[in-house]
Amino acid sequence: MSANHSPQTASQRIAWAATVVCGTLVLFFLMAPILAIVPLSFSSSTYLTYPLPGLSLRWYEDFINSARWITALKNSVIIGVASSMLSMVLGTVASLGLAQWKSKWKPLVLAIVLSPMVVPVVITAVGVYFFFAPLGLTGNYLGLILVHTALATPFVVITVSATLQSFDMTLARAAASLGAPPLLTFRKVILPLILPGLASGALFAFATSFDEVVTVLFLAGPEQRTLPREMFSGIRENISPTITAVAVVLTVISVCMLSSLEYLRRRNERLKGNAE
Amino acid sequence: MTAAFVAGADVPLKRRLKRAERARQFRALGLVLPLLAFLLFTFVVPLAGMIWKSASDWEVPQVMPQTVAALEHWNGQGLPDEAAFAALAADIRAARDAGNLAVAAKRLNYVVNGFRTTLLSTGRKLKEQPAPGTAKETLIGIAPAWGERESWTAIKSASGPITSYYLLAAVDLTRNADGAIVAAPPDQAIYRDVFLRTFEIGFGVTALCLILGFPVAYLLANLPTGRSNLLMIFVLLPFWTSLLVRTCAWIVILQSEGIVNGSLEWLGVIDEPLRLIYNRFGVYMAMTHVLLPFMILPLYSVMRGVSPAYMRAAASLGAPPVTAFLRIYLPQTIPGIGAGCLLVFILAIGYYITPALVGGAADQMISYFIAFYTTETVNWGLASALGAVLLLSTVVLAVLYGKLALGRQTTGGLKN
Repeated sequence: MSANHSPQTASQRIAWAATVVCGTLVLFFLMAPILAIVPLSFSSSTYLTYPLPGLSLRWYEDFINSARWITALKNSVIIGVASSMLSMVLGTVASLGLAQWKSKWKPLVLAIVLSPMVVPVVITAVGVYFFFAPLGLTGNYLGLILVHTALATPFVVITVSATLQSFDMTLARAAASLGAPPLLTFRKVILPLILPGLASGALFAFATSFDEVVTVLFLAGPEQRTLPREMFSGIRENISPTITAVAVVLTVISVCMLSSLEYLRRRNERLKGNAE
Repeated sequence: MTAAFVAGADVPLKRRLKRAERARQFRALGLVLPLLAFLLFTFVVPLAGMIWKSASDWEVPQVMPQTVAALEHWNGQGLPDEAAFAALAADIRAARDAGNLAVAAKRLNYVVNGFRTTLLSTGRKLKEQPAPGTAKETLIGIAPAWGERESWTAIKSASGPITSYYLLAAVDLTRNADGAIVAAPPDQAIYRDVFLRTFEIGFGVTALCLILGFPVAYLLANLPTGRSNLLMIFVLLPFWTSLLVRTCAWIVILQSEGIVNGSLEWLGVIDEPLRLIYNRFGVYMAMTHVLLPFMILPLYSVMRGVSPAYMRAAASLGAPPVTAFLRIYLPQTIPGIGAGCLLVFILAIGYYITPALVGGAADQMISYFIAFYTTETVNWGLASALGAVLLLSTVVLAVLYGKLALGRQTTGGLKN
């Protein structure tokens, strides 16, 4: 789609200019927090104000040398990786099934599968807390991994289902007609082609877990505090410049995830373009 | 002859195909089952358990089983008979020994303020003096409250196994001594306000997102692809940035020594810092920022599909730009507006972290109270009841959203 906006009259040009100005202002509003916090993390002062008295990396050093923050980072990665792997497997297998399954129950099953995305996290957290506490699943990694998997799986199902929709099922049928058993067909034909979709799903799942704080508030013991959990208490008490350094590290991680996702999307589009 | 042969071969083939299809469907269901089982354990059963907790009454039946049994046939008029008093005394003694009298005391205190003290002091004194007279005289001698009908209706109302107490309390209602539903006393009637506030903030944030999101979506949808993709990064990057990072950044920007106040003071516009955070303004600011991408993205995808030819046609037929926009463009974006608004509203009413961090005491939404009653005061029944009401609101809106989004996908917006 090329530029479809060709202002002709003066009033149309004014309207377009107004849209550009308003749009730009809103985009600035969207970026403002990131723009504000990045320079502060390099400040040499303990006060979070501009102008910066000088530049330093001391808050990043603080972060790296703090056992509390590094433990939190480690916990976030452990829980994020474990729950994204688990939701990957469960979500992909279920998406493969959902793509073929025809039943009047399908809408209900879909609603159940997608509901963790819609139900307010506090409700999920409270329900899971009541249910997990007697089972000994609070205050350890397993409970958190399980609930984060439940929260992340809808994103995997959506992403993988979308990929499967554009997947040409005749390829799988061709493999089957040549005598490949279902598992081999999946491994050699389907998997390589939907891999970018799976990777996007995994990224979404990891991001969901990595940013989740409400269930951690309810279920985690002191040993399982994640980065967002530590940030939550840090913000509650008082915002030290170390938090701004952590925030920038987290933002860099987000940028990496977003660029990987964009790369995967473009690759997928290129592959589709070649196929046509 | 040939026809019979073909027909004979035809039936088994059809049957075989059917069987193969059934096997395929079975396999497909088998693939979905592991996830369903997993979600049953980690999501569906916990939520069902929470809803059950909002209506279940276990404390009094567990701690005072004899009293509950004795009151079963009491008609609620006057005082119960001597057997009920004796049962109560026996239950209180047993509970004192088992150490769980406080559990029942806490539950009964929700119904009648001060019941906790009555029950616990009765427990203490009952042990000291072995009763010389009837159980009725002894108990009323210890605490006059036992001579009041209200105390006994309270026990009867909490006798379980099901109670409407928590669910009624969640909407500021209660039952009086006669069992009729009446308005809750003013000091307990706060939840309707909290729900109203939650919906009010939800509406406000949705409206702000729509006002701010519409021009951006329009801009992105009408720019050349290259530039639009570039600007899309400005929407997606905040979207992917951690919620805590963004909340933290807004505090840094808006607090009294923050960037906005600092700049305004430096410019000489203000002498005293403005109060921009830990109030409603801060909540609106931060929540709008967090939820804005959820408005922009559906709007954008709908606007991308709006053909510019209609606007050109309107202009060529002499419609002024405002009229053309209102009557031609805007109606075509209604599905996007509807989907975006519902999505933002659904997400907004469940918010907890952002209002907890940037709001004041008067800006806390329903989620805050659910968390508060779960972890701070351990009133799990009320937490569950508030959760159930919020869940119901969310489910209704989500079904609406599903109808809207699905209707658009399958029928192209046409009625089916």
